[in-house]
Amino acid sequence: MSEDHIRGLDDLAAAIADGAKLAVPADYSGPAMAATRALIRRGAKHLHLVCVPVSGLQAELLIGAGAVDVIETSAVTLGEYGAAPRFVDAVRRGKITLKDATCPAIHAALEAAAKGLPFMPLRGIIGSDLLTHRGDWKVIENPFTAGDPIVALPAIRPDVALFHAPLADREGNVFIGRHRELMTMAHAARQSFVTVEEISKTSLFEDERLAAGVIPALYISAVVEAKSGAWPLGLWNAYGEDKAFLRRYVALAKTDEGFAEVLTRWPDEPAMAAE
Amino acid sequence: MKAGVPADTIAPTRRELLIFTIAGLLAGCGHVAVGAASPIPGAAALLQRARSGGALRVSVLGSTRNNFFTNGGVELFDCAAQGRIDAFFLGGGQIDGEGNVNLVGTGSYPSTEVRWPGSFGSAYLYFLVPRVILFREEHTRRVLVEKVDFISAPGTSEKGIYRPGGPHALLTNLALFDYDRIRHRFRLRSVHPGHGVEEVLDNTGFAFDRPDDVPQTPLPDLEMLALIRGRIRDEIGEVYPNFVETAFHRGLDR
Repeated sequence: MSEDHIRGLDDLAAAIADGAKLAVPADYSGPAMAATRALIRRGAKHLHLVCVPVSGLQAELLIGAGAVDVIETSAVTLGEYGAAPRFVDAVRRGKITLKDATCPAIHAALEAAAKGLPFMPLRGIIGSDLLTHRGDWKVIENPFTAGDPIVALPAIRPDVALFHAPLADREGNVFIGRHRELMTMAHAARQSFVTVEEISKTSLFEDERLAAGVIPALYISAVVEAKSGAWPLGLWNAYGEDKAFLRRYVALAKTDEGFAEVLTRWPDEPAMAAE
Repeated sequence: MKAGVPADTIAPTRRELLIFTIAGLLAGCGHVAVGAASPIPGAAALLQRARSGGALRVSVLGSTRNNFFTNGGVELFDCAAQGRIDAFFLGGGQIDGEGNVNLVGTGSYPSTEVRWPGSFGSAYLYFLVPRVILFREEHTRRVLVEKVDFISAPGTSEKGIYRPGGPHALLTNLALFDYDRIRHRFRLRSVHPGHGVEEVLDNTGFAFDRPDDVPQTPLPDLEMLALIRGRIRDEIGEVYPNFVETAFHRGLDR
């Protein structure tokens, strides 16, 4: 791990600079919500959020808090809880720059960066208005077969990948299981900051059954222990989302005043849902 | 579920009929993938799996028990590009008569008056999955429009564009349509019980073809209803706990 001075969530939030291109996973794939609260607490600004490949509450809170200038995503939604009110409001008021994408395009663009390539070709998309509005996506000719147009996507190289995982070891190796998009994010990003439920005293490489699902410390800049670090969202196979919190959030965040109430009480008070 | 059951509990709820109808559209498929925010298609795919004796593979996004992918979020899309997924589902804030789908919003992009979540995988999977089933419960002129405001994914492509996939059918609360890929138009296949062709015409913003006599959408039998209300309810409840509280027969959602 290259950033040894990062010991807690506030150190981690301070290491994510204003204006950073920040990659985050979908709400169901290990969102670092405790770290997101710390980012909001420190008043992060001008982030370019890359959602891999979509986001929900995490993007919603960062947008509502005014931390996001640009969002590159295939969708923002709170799923069963409904639309993301602060996202919808920010779009309507033109407060954020949208880079609307489609899920495999975000995966492919990260894979390009992970391979050190300038771009990645991808099927589909031609004829979609996404392409009309994405000046950075180009249609090229298949160099091997004439008359086969295909979309070329520029690599996405995030400054920081941020996510939450169940387990790391003291060297900074991180277990992500079969959530391989987290591996791709870490490969593509300049730095990866990870929060975990638990830090193992023994190396994750000692068990070959774990090793295949481990991101090597080579890619990881910092690991911070954060119990229930995905709350109020869930962590795969560990705990589910906090339904009561999410229902209440959706009701509150419909108005500016309601969202302000969430922000003042919630960033420092993870027990809000316990009421 | 045999003798002595009141008629009230035999009739399917609206959503049970939709689940049964979609399952019928999946006959013959080997692998069906279910994307985000799709409880009814998810239940339908799991129903068809049960009816196939487990021969149908079903992957449900967000599920742990019904998701066999091990290569992360990209695997579904890689699978589709390889031709390994036979059917997929798309919704749409707007769907037009040529099968164009809008998942982004109404009005002038980017400052859309109404903003929906976004295009998800539609701009890709619509091109690659052979049997894409369009599904939207609301059947009104604001959803089924003459021309969408934003094309997340086009219903048809020009010659020369790589496109093994595309629209197969459109199912709503009122009716089931087939999609004619040669004429680029929908054709009414059946109207659900309690509704009529006039109601479908009044509430559809695009022109479509129809036979002289439009049949009624078939209903599930008792055995099928028991399966939907039992095993399928449990299986989809893993991913959509709120959905199962209201969609199945409890006298809540008629």
